[in-house]
Amino acid sequence: MTQNRPWIPYLLILPSVAFLALLFVVPLVQTIWLALSDNGAPSLANAERMVTDINFTRSVRNTFLLTIVVVPVQIAIALAMGTMVSKVGRGRETILWIWTIPLGISDLAAGLVWLSILQNTGYFNSLLFSLGVIGRQASWLSYQTPIALFIAIAVAEIWRGTAIVMVIIVAGLNQVPKEFKEAAEIFGAGPWTRFWRITLPLIRPALQSALILRTVLAFEVFAVVYALGGRNFPVLVGEAYNWQNQNQNYSVAAVYAVLIMIISLAATLIYLKALKVDPERLP
Amino acid sequence: MANIVIDRIRKSFGAFQALKEVSLTINDGEFVSLLGPSGCGKTTLLRIIAGLETSTSGDVRIGDRSIIGLAPKDRGLAMVFQNYAVFPHMTVYENVAFGLRMQKADDTRVKAQVEKAAGLLHIEPYLDRYPNKLSGGQRQRVAVARALAVQPKVLLMDEPLSNLDALLRLEMRTELKTVLQSAGTTTIYVTHDQTEAMGLSDRIAVMHNGVVEQVGHPVEIYNHPATRFVGGFIGNPPMNFIKVPVSNGQVAAGEEQLAAPKDVGNEIVLGLRGEAVELAPLPQGLEMKVRVAEPMGSHLLLTGSIHDQPVRVILPASETVKSGDTIGLKLDSKRITWLSPESGKSFPALLA
Ligand SMILES: Nc1ncnc2c1ncn2[C@@H]1O[C@H](COP(=O)(O)OP(=O)(O)OP(=O)(O)O)[C@@H](O)[C@H]1O
Ligand SMILES: [Mg+2]
Repeated sequence: MTQNRPWIPYLLILPSVAFLALLFVVPLVQTIWLALSDNGAPSLANAERMVTDINFTRSVRNTFLLTIVVVPVQIAIALAMGTMVSKVGRGRETILWIWTIPLGISDLAAGLVWLSILQNTGYFNSLLFSLGVIGRQASWLSYQTPIALFIAIAVAEIWRGTAIVMVIIVAGLNQVPKEFKEAAEIFGAGPWTRFWRITLPLIRPALQSALILRTVLAFEVFAVVYALGGRNFPVLVGEAYNWQNQNQNYSVAAVYAVLIMIISLAATLIYLKALKVDPERLP
Repeated sequence: MANIVIDRIRKSFGAFQALKEVSLTINDGEFVSLLGPSGCGKTTLLRIIAGLETSTSGDVRIGDRSIIGLAPKDRGLAMVFQNYAVFPHMTVYENVAFGLRMQKADDTRVKAQVEKAAGLLHIEPYLDRYPNKLSGGQRQRVAVARALAVQPKVLLMDEPLSNLDALLRLEMRTELKTVLQSAGTTTIYVTHDQTEAMGLSDRIAVMHNGVVEQVGHPVEIYNHPATRFVGGFIGNPPMNFIKVPVSNGQVAAGEEQLAAPKDVGNEIVLGLRGEAVELAPLPQGLEMKVRVAEPMGSHLLLTGSIHDQPVRVILPASETVKSGDTIGLKLDSKRITWLSPESGKSFPALLA
């Protein structure tokens, strides 16, 4: 047994560790070095260059704004969807299947779908025109309509990214035995009280996972933004992409990459702390 | 008034009939047990009364008001769940306090009620703990305390003491009985355990395959089971059923002739409680072949056969019967139940 050969677990884990080290840690170290060095010597010159670029503040602000708007809406919608579908008996699988369709679409494709809806000659304008709401083609995605552009991107992101949250939440809800809600109901709790005082605390682990995953992904938003707004709506990953491809400056791109990583790690830590899951209080 | 009227309740899950026209009336302040084997529909019936399950047809009235269609919280009852359903994310204190909090009771009342219920169920030491760390029996008592804390008019309990050790169970059930009686709580108590049902109940409803087979006072059910199932389910050892020939309306038990019910065929089933016999010399008594004699201290348990059919009888501990003996038994004719061999139902006409 394994007691006699304690190295067996390590042996079995080794390939995955080696794989990760090779393909993740090495590039990570390289990126960090690329970001924090200049001509082979440690330096903050790249960071300075990033911070003083006119798009830097806008991209930070846009990314955070988008995250702050999109993630809570996605969680709320996913909770509503999960709660509703748990009441459904027959056809539940079909509904879930339809709801998870956006999961199978790449983010660039999703961006292009929404582009075809919202561009000047798109479906949205056609609809508004035929209803007589607008007299001529309106533009929603230009730099002159920043609020419309923001809303368009937020809507596209919400449409694309809610499914994964819902999948996690539905899995969490399935773990909660119905007797807890029934007991609460018998002892006088209405639907809202049951949701806030029973369901939500009991799906805390799922909620935590969903929040971490979605927030990290939200900080990495790129393709949808790029498809809809191009450079009219700078975001962090978009800037990294531009520095790398347009400006051919790999070092500043690397600083962006490191910054995104730090923000994601910080967000994860905050969630882990704020939504601490106490194993003692789980079913 | 909180009398409960269960009126021709049916419940089907798909093609399966879990309850087949169950009717039962429970008077205000009465303690009624639902007793029956696993899967007979006890929990389903409780859930219908509580409003957690909709019946396929039929009506339930509490205090002469139909509660079908009312939300569970508007039915004015409390329930102890078979699997406890104690909230894992709340302390024991908050669990017990839950119903009172929902009623917006002030803190002094909550505290008083929680302490009273916790004291009764001996769970004060755990009030600050989370249920996760408690044993099954402790959690079960939290569930009972949570239900008692709201001082309900109607209390539904689904095997609330099943996980306690014998000693604690005995103590708890006495205390439960006292509290519920003094509060005048109308109680439906589900149990597998017949001694519990016998000891606690004003009346017992014996259920089997989705049907209430008999409702009555524990002693009445014990002595005069309405069906073969009830006789076999209640009592330890269960009632003996011996198929005997009838000639001229009489059944021979040794030299004694017992009067059989009128209008029976040439066979009848004699239902005999194991202790409703005494030793008699042969051939005067009914012949029994003893296969095993087990001295139990308080009594002597004999397993064997009468008319080649298996029986178990109980004699005083002082009798000296050994395994392999053939003995004679005198039957207590007043304690015999006659049952139809076809339907398995007893002949009620003779009970009077
Ligand atoms: N939701 C359901 N769907 C299908 N069948 C069910 C459902 N709930 C109960 N049943 C069936 O109904 C019958 C009665 O179940 P119930 O839980 O009422 O039994 P019980 O008398 O409480 O048994 P136990 O003593 O084991 O708790 C069982 O055969 C069970 O399989
Ligand atoms: Mg049950």
